[in-house]
Amino acid sequence: MPAITPHTTQTINLLKKLLSEPGLSAYEDPVRQMIEAAWQPLTDEISISRLGSLHGLRRAARPPSEGKPPSLLLAAHMDAIGLMVTGVVDGFLTLTEVGGLDQRILPGQRVIVHPADPRSSRQDLPGIIVRPPEYLLPGQARGKSTPIEYLLVDTGLTPSQVEEQIQVGDLVSFAQPPIEFGEDYLAGHTLDNRVSVAALTFCLEELQNRSLAWDVWAVATTQEEETMAGAFTSAFQLRPSLAVAIDVTFGDGAGSSGHKTFPIGKGITLGWGPNIHPALHKTFAGLADRLEIPWKLEPVPRMSGTDAYGLQVAAEGIPTMVIGIPLRYMHTPVEMASIKDILRTGRLLAEFAASLDQNTMDRIVWDA
Amino acid sequence: MLDTTIGHNPGLTEDQLLLLERLCNACAVSGNESEVREIVLEQVRPHASQLKVDALGNVLAVREGTGSQPENSAALSPSSPVSAASTGRRLRVMVAAHMDEVGFMLTYDDEGGLFRFEMVGGVDVEHLPGKPVQVGRDHIPALIGMKPVHHTKAEERQQKVDPDNLRIDVSPGNGRKVKVGDWAAFTSPFMRLGPSFCAKALDNRLGVASLVELFKSPPPNIDLLAAFTVQEEVGLRGATVAAHALSPDLALVLDCTSARDLPVLDRSGMAENTQYNTRLGLGPAVYVADRSTLSDPRLVRHILEIAKKESLPCQVRQPGGGGTDAGAIHKQLAGVPSVSISVPARYLHTPSSLCRSEDWKNTLALVYAVLAHLTPDILAVER
Amino acid sequence: MKSLIQKLVEIPGPSGFESQVREVIRKEVEHLAGNAQVDNLGNLIVSWGEVKAGGLKILLAAHMDEIGLMVTHIDERGFVRFTTIGGVRPVNLLGGRVRFMSGIQGVIGSERLSDASKAPAFEHMFIDVGAAGLADCAVNVGDVAAFERPFLDLGSRMVAKSLDDRIGVAVLIETLRELDRRKIESPHQLLFVFSVQEEVGVRGATTAAYGIDPDVGLAVDVTQTGDTPNSARMDVSLGKGPAIKLRDQGMLADPRVVRWMLAAAEANRIPYQREVLERGNTDAEAIQLTRSGVPSGCLSIPCRYIHSPSEMVDLNDAQNAVQLLVALLQQAIDLA
Repeated sequence: MPAITPHTTQTINLLKKLLSEPGLSAYEDPVRQMIEAAWQPLTDEISISRLGSLHGLRRAARPPSEGKPPSLLLAAHMDAIGLMVTGVVDGFLTLTEVGGLDQRILPGQRVIVHPADPRSSRQDLPGIIVRPPEYLLPGQARGKSTPIEYLLVDTGLTPSQVEEQIQVGDLVSFAQPPIEFGEDYLAGHTLDNRVSVAALTFCLEELQNRSLAWDVWAVATTQEEETMAGAFTSAFQLRPSLAVAIDVTFGDGAGSSGHKTFPIGKGITLGWGPNIHPALHKTFAGLADRLEIPWKLEPVPRMSGTDAYGLQVAAEGIPTMVIGIPLRYMHTPVEMASIKDILRTGRLLAEFAASLDQNTMDRIVWDA
Repeated sequence: MLDTTIGHNPGLTEDQLLLLERLCNACAVSGNESEVREIVLEQVRPHASQLKVDALGNVLAVREGTGSQPENSAALSPSSPVSAASTGRRLRVMVAAHMDEVGFMLTYDDEGGLFRFEMVGGVDVEHLPGKPVQVGRDHIPALIGMKPVHHTKAEERQQKVDPDNLRIDVSPGNGRKVKVGDWAAFTSPFMRLGPSFCAKALDNRLGVASLVELFKSPPPNIDLLAAFTVQEEVGLRGATVAAHALSPDLALVLDCTSARDLPVLDRSGMAENTQYNTRLGLGPAVYVADRSTLSDPRLVRHILEIAKKESLPCQVRQPGGGGTDAGAIHKQLAGVPSVSISVPARYLHTPSSLCRSEDWKNTLALVYAVLAHLTPDILAVER
Repeated sequence: MKSLIQKLVEIPGPSGFESQVREVIRKEVEHLAGNAQVDNLGNLIVSWGEVKAGGLKILLAAHMDEIGLMVTHIDERGFVRFTTIGGVRPVNLLGGRVRFMSGIQGVIGSERLSDASKAPAFEHMFIDVGAAGLADCAVNVGDVAAFERPFLDLGSRMVAKSLDDRIGVAVLIETLRELDRRKIESPHQLLFVFSVQEEVGVRGATTAAYGIDPDVGLAVDVTQTGDTPNSARMDVSLGKGPAIKLRDQGMLADPRVVRWMLAAAEANRIPYQREVLERGNTDAEAIQLTRSGVPSGCLSIPCRYIHSPSEMVDLNDAQNAVQLLVALLQQAIDLA
């Protein structure tokens, strides 16, 4: 476990800021700008992909005499789930989801309504998601939990104030500020997947004074929660030799079955299955053992619901790995993770990147 | 400070808003009202001629009026069969506001920072999943989670929430900082939204704040017997004994009532919302009847007349369900003529309720005017 | 424009079998734009203009294909069993007429209904071409049919099958005509793609976009409305203008493309609506994920009764869509 250094404090402070920053799928500008500012001093080159993913490059120390050095792509999606305004009824807003949500967590949530145009000067407006009394709903919606199409947002404004300020297509994000539980645990919304962005940033911090044999791309991908557009297109553009997706995995919260979850604070997960190259899994497992980072094998029998799904099949295909940070209550505004697990992930990624050399690809083979 | 000039309706002051904010952010679940009680005592102590915290935790505070008064009419004495009307003494008016809010109690330690809990008062279960809460005197941060949507089936998501499946989670590291028996409340900081406020416990910190303001600047013609009651949400317990102790001539209860003024979403007909209870923006709501009280019509008439005379907005709460401390007060001793006036607010008993600041402002003005115009004659006519 | 629309909707062309429609379109456009090509999946692509300073390569797509039926079996008595191509719903079939690519026509019947209040499953329906028996039936396994309904002119409103997406095709053709007629100057190179196989998974757009590798993509397709009795909630209505799409089930429109479209509509005072569609997707979804990514959006024509044999659109919406595109395609796009 890395000692608390200025790096770790910096990473956790960045994470807390990220958790309060809006950034729904396709509308990640605010959070991307924050990540870009954090990555500037840690990378040799920063660029933005055609669809808005952030690409940060740490160059190999001694590039080969011809051709490009092999490259590693580390992907953490920066988009968060939320909702979008579909209409205005008597000053209340109707909604649809962006990314997957359980309707039962919505009534009573505090939210913020953002203009759809990122350049608009219009203010963000606070509001509450509210559940109409049952007698106002059609028969088929009564007696059950309220479907999203019948939930409303109350901004506290009068209907004419709402008509002037809010439009169809405006974005609605959760307004839950981060909750700190002592030094060890953090909760809030967008921990999926800002904890991975923080881990990736910590990795870059750890690599600062180390010399690399490969190019390393840190990529904050766009739209993972909706179409995985960032993963598909960034991998196509960068054509890395290896790719790693860092995402959250299911933690042991209330209501979850033990066999589908991993305890938070007790280590990270390494994916295993068709979406993961077995040689990569074994390499990471060995490295984690050497670093005394506790890990568990996460069986992924079909496709992982992460960027790895897109990374693996870009162009000619890329050997891909999935690293999971356990998270309680995923896709709610009260997701909870362990700070230790975040730092462990960053350290593992850094050591992996630093270990890559001209012989690495010889070991990434099938049936070795 | 409430302007004492009858008929003047100033805007809310910053101090009034700060007091309301402080009260809303304090945690006082039924049975554990200390935090609010402390704020109330601090506010009323400088102005009270008599002050007491009784056996259940009610704060009973008396402030005598300044009009003429025959001798031997101590305020906190057992009820005299001689009425104010016949002796010409000042009216002894009980004004009650309950300090408690709905919330939770931790009932079982499930280890790993997870606790089973039960609800205290009529919490709306549909609002629990995915919410932050705070536990105990030290407001230890916690949350009520929900299993990830990825692990649910569509039919499951359509079911109403089963509270047995929920837990309060203080994180694996903080299990020792809280214990079974601790109370927990929603974490919803007070917030201003344009013409509205949003907070937890508007029911009934609006009433408490109103009574504090009234106590600081009461009308001079009455003896004001303020009862900051406990345990209203679990059966009007505090009000029962407070009324017995104060033995007032009449009682006014200040509470917060539901506004269900949302649009009809049933598109198969163009029906109107006819069961809104009260509506935001139409001023304080007067109770004619709820499930526990048939208000004294003399008092209801008086209130509506004053509202008209002072040009203050006022609405009649739709008769029917619900209840306030008046339900207990009016049946005490030989009976106490009672009525309730509430600020309308949406989403009561959920983490975030919402009301219009105009409605609170108008409630303060109406309550003052109603009391200032009371004379003993009001009870001379039979009910 | 109405006669163009009528001509287009009356041709059968289910996904994978777009050649007849393509021929008609090619005749309309080949003198207006250069370099007409048909790619490996059957997409028709024509190019207009060239990239100048401040300009980009823009791909505009409208799909030629419609939903339809394909024959799986002909029984001894000459009744034709079928499977579906694209999003066909049982409720839209009973009693309807179809036309095969060969010209043969028929009606859709069903087995006895155990519950007359519910539409039967596809397996319990068949096409009756009026054959006396198997030998007499000129239809073969694998043959393809589309809905058959005559075009209905209701003034500003028009009813037909396959307005999804022949109306989009008509809008693109008219746009090309206007660009030519008014001798419009634009910094952009425009690739007009009349795509195939949208209804079965936006397949044509996937390959066309890969081949063209554009800078920006714009689909023109239909969208639902929320203006009929007890309909699903939707903020789009017939006759209130073309809709600028913010999202649908398949993609979130790129905010920079949305801004470009809104600015052009506002500046030229063209009526428009803002669209969030909860069920349904378009070619834009495929274009967006092409290669290293293509910022994409969609201009929608409001349409009632989509995927029924009697879809309805408003001519004014289509004409305003043309005006908007003509204005839009002259404007630079800020992709910063």
